[in-house]
Amino acid sequence: MTKLKFLAKLREELSCLPQNDIEERLLFYSEMIDDRIEEGLSQDDAVLAVGSVDEIAKQIISDTPVSNIVKDKIKPKRRLKAWEIVLIVLGAPLWLPLLIAAFAMLLSLYVSLWSVIISLWAVFVTLAACALGSVVIGLGFAFGANYLSGLAMVSAGIVCTGLSIFMFFGCKAAANGSLLLTKKILFLIKKCFTQKEGV
Amino acid sequence: MDIQLKRGLLDVCVLAAIKNEDSYGYKIIKDMKPYIELSESTLYTILKRLETENMLTVRSAEHGGRLRKYYNITDEGLKRIEQFKCDWEEMLFIYRFVTKEDDGDDKA
Repeated sequence: MTKLKFLAKLREELSCLPQNDIEERLLFYSEMIDDRIEEGLSQDDAVLAVGSVDEIAKQIISDTPVSNIVKDKIKPKRRLKAWEIVLIVLGAPLWLPLLIAAFAMLLSLYVSLWSVIISLWAVFVTLAACALGSVVIGLGFAFGANYLSGLAMVSAGIVCTGLSIFMFFGCKAAANGSLLLTKKILFLIKKCFTQKEGV
Repeated sequence: MDIQLKRGLLDVCVLAAIKNEDSYGYKIIKDMKPYIELSESTLYTILKRLETENMLTVRSAEHGGRLRKYYNITDEGLKRIEQFKCDWEEMLFIYRFVTKEDDGDDKA
């Protein structure tokens, strides 16, 4: 690959970065290749020695803090005009509640996820209690006067026991899944903040 | 080597590579190669960070009909190297603590 081709490909791969960053990186790699050529390598070998474009681009993008990329994307291309600032301030009663509502919605989604899991556990506890109760009371009936209804209650208790065993594993899996999800979300949030300082 | 440990060392190594005279990207990599490997993109990130921390200054100079960036260490950068030497003393002290158990085992 020629140096120009290498740089063009790298520019393409880095297109998500701020323009200044791209130019600086390209200058840096261009110098690296030139220095190798000067040392006696052929152009192809010099490009090869620097590494593959894909690998380089991947590392550069992972080295660049997400916040830098986002900042560049949301940074206005020019200074805000006075009337735009006025509009933003005047619009605050409109967009601020919307923003809060969006956050509240996400939070409530998360809370409802956990409430589903809590209710699942509640169903499990109820089933287990029913199983125990039915068997004990059923046995009491069976040895007492009402033999048939006692038998029915004991069988109901056994059914509940079976169901509660199923519920137990289901609940455990659901709770573990949500915990994992929580960890992932926390990790993502943390990554956004820690990467601000750059690694 | 542990990646966190290496990361901490690289900054000082790059500073050491430009300590005696101004140097440029490719030469820094070449000079460091016998001791510690680093890729171009890692070097770029380190140089950038050291520049923002005022450990070094950059100037472009003509070389063979093209521009080349030269990196020059600042007093701040020299101080960082001295700091590293002090840290290393402390590191050695901790190292002795970490390996103390091994010595005990050897004797036993």
